[in-house]
Amino acid sequence: MKPLLLILLPLAGAVLAAVWPGERTRPWLMPVFGLMHTVLAFWLLFDPPVVAPGAWLAFDPLARAVLPAVSLLFLVCAAYGVSYLRVRSERPNRVFVAMMLAVLGLLSAGHQARHLGLLWIATEGVTLAAVPLLHFNGTARAIEATWKYLLVGGTGIALSLLGSFCLSYASLHSGGSGDLTFVALAHQGAGLSRPWVLSAWVLLLVGYGTKMGLAPMHTWKPDAYGEAPGIVGAILAGGVTTVAFTAVLRIRAVVSAAGEGAIADRTLLAIGLFSMLVAALFLLGTRDFKRMLAYSSVEHMGILSVGAALGGAGVWAALFHVWSNSLTKGALFLSAGNINRAAGGRTMDQVRGMSIIAPQSAAIFVAGMFAVTACPPFGPFFSELRVVRAAFDAGRSGAAAMFLGCMLFAFFGLTRLVFAIVDGRPRPASSITSRRFPENASVVMPPLILLAFSLWLGLATPTVLLDAWTGAVAQLYLAP
Amino acid sequence: MERRCRVSGTLNLLIGLAMGLNLLALASSRLPTLIGAVAVQGVVLGVMPLLMEHQFDWIVALVALGTMAVKGFVIPGLLRRAMRTASVDREVEPSIGFVASLLLGSGGTIAAVALSRALPLLPEHAGSLLVPGSIASVLTGFVLLIGRSKAISQVCGYLVLENGIYLFGLLLIHATPLLVEAGILLDVTVGIFVTGIIVDRIQRAFDSLDTRKLNVLRE
Repeated sequence: MKPLLLILLPLAGAVLAAVWPGERTRPWLMPVFGLMHTVLAFWLLFDPPVVAPGAWLAFDPLARAVLPAVSLLFLVCAAYGVSYLRVRSERPNRVFVAMMLAVLGLLSAGHQARHLGLLWIATEGVTLAAVPLLHFNGTARAIEATWKYLLVGGTGIALSLLGSFCLSYASLHSGGSGDLTFVALAHQGAGLSRPWVLSAWVLLLVGYGTKMGLAPMHTWKPDAYGEAPGIVGAILAGGVTTVAFTAVLRIRAVVSAAGEGAIADRTLLAIGLFSMLVAALFLLGTRDFKRMLAYSSVEHMGILSVGAALGGAGVWAALFHVWSNSLTKGALFLSAGNINRAAGGRTMDQVRGMSIIAPQSAAIFVAGMFAVTACPPFGPFFSELRVVRAAFDAGRSGAAAMFLGCMLFAFFGLTRLVFAIVDGRPRPASSITSRRFPENASVVMPPLILLAFSLWLGLATPTVLLDAWTGAVAQLYLAP
Repeated sequence: MERRCRVSGTLNLLIGLAMGLNLLALASSRLPTLIGAVAVQGVVLGVMPLLMEHQFDWIVALVALGTMAVKGFVIPGLLRRAMRTASVDREVEPSIGFVASLLLGSGGTIAAVALSRALPLLPEHAGSLLVPGSIASVLTGFVLLIGRSKAISQVCGYLVLENGIYLFGLLLIHATPLLVEAGILLDVTVGIFVTGIIVDRIQRAFDSLDTRKLNVLRE
């Protein structure tokens, strides 16, 4: 019952938000339902339920290894959202609050989906529910970003549906009964028709890769993250991308059971390294700090994909990285939102001297930047170290070298831009806008909390999480 | 046996018609023709599930009727209305020329037929054009998405792409559970409504449906 509640509670919250009369009180629904969701998710993390093998939806080890991170991120973002919507009270928030909660519910469904069709329905639902969040600001630029998101994301989602059909046909072709749960598909194993499995893998990787934002399907990401409010960027980068990643992991397990694991791993490695390379090059060039976060997200999706290609140890490291990336990215997006409002601009030509105008947010932003570029002792350092080690252990030293090279360039790109906006003398215009949006505890605490979690993950990773990641790897690699 | 052959013959004829409509969509230089081609393709697709059944089935009939209504009338109607209210001029304005699009489309169709040879089919689908038809429509959809600059023609491209996936889905009509099909149909419908809303917003914000004006965000 509890796993189902993870989905139904936020959806009920979304309906409630849609009919809630008070404009000022409505945002509080987000933290209230977010808190219930987090309590449930962590309860299930500590006390995992028994999973029926044929279940379509279940809190299985893979969901256990990832979903609590998303839930935690949402809760902190929701708390931030209350004060964000208060300062943006000129925009109506009914659709925003309802869709935020709907995204949470559908994300929970996507993470727990053990059925090919259901997984697609949930992912498509998340994509559509995020559309109104992206053009919350209502500017022409926001609409342009939304249109690109809708076209690129819609095409990706359509291709993953075609891929799902191919995989279903592969199963039918080898005498399957039409049972499309991942367990049943993996059980058919080598019997699955090879050409169909390979076409399915390509289409599904492109489809869900678009959702993750792997290069070259990442083109929607800079626009969407740049124009959306920081809180939406945090949920997209830390939540929506992870549901696509778990989808890729589940499908990889089926492809590997069909005897094509080596091909799947090679494509994941290639696309992961390519994403890192593209992201590093764009990070060196961009002048907009919110678009910078998008390219950084492309880089981290590349890291996840590389990890997923490196066998059990790599997947373990990737799951660790899902946690550290989600929480650190959350801190960056929220503090970037504060800086953006205070400065009244987003590029290094418009923004200077943030350490004077918004000292606390700037400090969090700098610390988050060091965390996300894998400086110890934050979480990403340890998870990326594990990925590198898995690469060396798997005999992929060339890939590991390229991985480290891309990270170095990404570090140059990020530090260049971050210090350009933090240092220097503030522009006069910024001093005026910053008085309209003063820093206070309600907008500074949430990113600080996320950063603290990232630090905690690095310094003292809780054993329950280590256990959850090991369980997920066992599910993906030892399943029949 | 003879009946089945005849039925699959009719089915192939319809798929061929849908593939022809792909080329018509690529060649049309005016928006109403493009929308019309997509609408007719939607109706043709809606008839197909009825031909695949050996005996009458209420659920399949409902799905067929729903498809015909949504793809053939509701969506084209919405697009025509958007075209009228936005009073866009009716030229398609391609960024990939018509001849080039047609060449790409027909080349894609040939490639689709060749490619589908490599993919094994179940005995009951042998000789059917569903797979090449599906791949050809998906490719056509891509050409329209990339090569047309008005929001409405891009939506048409997306619809053709989706029609291709629908054609493939017909291979699985007996295998996928109804719940999944219903979910997919629901998602697709909601997707189209959301797209419609955004098209409307584009019109209001830019006073045009030319997506070439959406060019502020770039590196």
